[in-house]
Amino acid sequence: MSAATANNFEELMQGIWRENPTFVMVLGMCPTLAVTVSAMNALTMGVATALVLIASCGLVSMMRNIIPKEVRIATYIVIIATFVTAVDYAIQAISLALYDALGAFIQLIVVNCIILGRAEAHASKAPPMPAMINAVGMGVGFTIGLLSLGVVREILGAGTLFGVSLFGANFQPWVVMVLPPGGFFVLGSWLLFFAWNERRKQVRGEMQNA
Amino acid sequence: MHDSAFQIFINVLLANNFVLAMFLGLCPFLGVSGKLNTAFPMGVATTFVMLVASLCAYGLNLLLSSIHLEFLRLISYIVVIAASVQLVEMVLKKYSPTLFRALGIYLPLITTNCAVLGVALFQTAREYDFIQSLTFSFGGGAGFTLALVLMASVRERVELSNVPDVLQGTALTLMLAGVLSLAFMGFAGIGA
Amino acid sequence: MNIQIMPAPQVTPQVTPTATLLRVLGLISAICGLIIVGSYEITLPAANANRRLALERAVFKVMPAAKSIAEYIALPAGGIQPVEGGESPVGAVKFFAAYDADKKLVGVAAEGGAKGYADTVRIMYGYDPDCQCIVGIGVVSMRETPGIGDKIITDKSFLANFTALDVKLNAELAALANDVKAVKHGTKSNPWQIDAIAGATITSRAVGKAINDSAQNLLPKLVPNLDKIRSKS
Repeated sequence: MSAATANNFEELMQGIWRENPTFVMVLGMCPTLAVTVSAMNALTMGVATALVLIASCGLVSMMRNIIPKEVRIATYIVIIATFVTAVDYAIQAISLALYDALGAFIQLIVVNCIILGRAEAHASKAPPMPAMINAVGMGVGFTIGLLSLGVVREILGAGTLFGVSLFGANFQPWVVMVLPPGGFFVLGSWLLFFAWNERRKQVRGEMQNA
Repeated sequence: MHDSAFQIFINVLLANNFVLAMFLGLCPFLGVSGKLNTAFPMGVATTFVMLVASLCAYGLNLLLSSIHLEFLRLISYIVVIAASVQLVEMVLKKYSPTLFRALGIYLPLITTNCAVLGVALFQTAREYDFIQSLTFSFGGGAGFTLALVLMASVRERVELSNVPDVLQGTALTLMLAGVLSLAFMGFAGIGA
Repeated sequence: MNIQIMPAPQVTPQVTPTATLLRVLGLISAICGLIIVGSYEITLPAANANRRLALERAVFKVMPAAKSIAEYIALPAGGIQPVEGGESPVGAVKFFAAYDADKKLVGVAAEGGAKGYADTVRIMYGYDPDCQCIVGIGVVSMRETPGIGDKIITDKSFLANFTALDVKLNAELAALANDVKAVKHGTKSNPWQIDAIAGATITSRAVGKAINDSAQNLLPKLVPNLDKIRSKS
């Protein structure tokens, strides 16, 4: 692999694993908990956010040398809001059912800390290609985070996955999973799992060194 | 919608609490709810920004609808919110520098608080009139503050207890939030 | 040794001149404006087609005998007129006249909304002018609790409330003779009442309120003008 490709791959993986927005950086919580009542909603929200992220980082990066630093946050927000509006209309044109399911949270992508954070920390300092690749990684990482919640909540709370019934008609769904408390519990459990995993690795490492 | 102002206020304060039921304003909720004496001022500052944002959103919506430029709604709302946060920052810096420093980075982050933009978006979608919008934003801010204060009080107590260290941090806060949210579900139907 | 201490070079902080600021902001606004307007225009036909399809599906669901629809509005001052391409006046109520294969009126469909447990519950109901009753409902949108509030879509005994829900007008034709209301499960005693779903009272009440508010607004304006829409023009 050439140095450039290796770099690009690094950029990509950074967002997916090491700096996963949901589990590591704990950003973008509002949509993560609100729309993950089903796997399909989670996937749509993830893709929509990823698209806005890629487009915004691309445009910010292309204009990074002419945006004056006094107004940079305001400019980033305007650019992000533009692409969110565009994605909002696109979803309406594709499927009204999805649009209704996601509701106001499509427009709330504007205030998703991940996008503004990436624009400020990365896209404003890097050329378009790496910025957009990093954005793809972040978007994929975010979608994975959303899906891990959406899949768990849908299976436990409705007995279906992507609308396909898994357990048959006699399944008593754990309804709280698709309600607000369920969202908090499931995300807390995932974070607990990752922390426990880290702790296990740490202990094993210590035992090997002892 | 013909809900009375009081119904809207009680409903958004308790049954449809912005944080615990509608998942808005979670980043500051998870971030600032560690100490009671930062949680409360944060809630008040956010409520103030919500009120200003709600007023401006109402006016902007009227203006944009009359000239058929509805697609500029989102951008104009967010710009107005950013401006009101700047205003609050300047006022705080002048009149209470200690508070300004205590809130630190979280003050400008009110701009990206989903609850503030959420207030503007929801009141537009539900077509509230002027008084309804004001009560909605005030109730929303009060609900946000309530959730913050409750969470801060619990977390201050929990710090003195023996919590397994894999659970510490955000995982614990989320579990606590889940229990709080469960409790608030008991308010269902109030103001309906 | 001659140590010369050089004065530190003057570093003036870079402050962007106002003209550049304005120019860049103008450029950004122009680009963003183009993107927004462009995406709006491109998606408008598809979005409108989707909306139209969803609406027609809802109307055909509440009036199965219908074969075609015509859109009308009821004006606030009274009287009805077909929807033209332009603006509906403020306060006008939209409804859909449903016709069978012989272009005869089978009924009228209209939407109503009321606050449920989580958010607004939007209902489409079908009105039969011959029996002066509601003959069916469909849920257009709702965000109620799955397994509890969403029973209004599936619960057969709840839906049976709406096969002949009485919405007769009073003697002056100014309002409904009796308010449409949801009553506690098992206590329905009049044809204008709705038997609520046990354990889902809030959502059931929202359905009742949605129908009542819409019918109270629409029917007094519609019924005196029914002859105008008896056959499809």
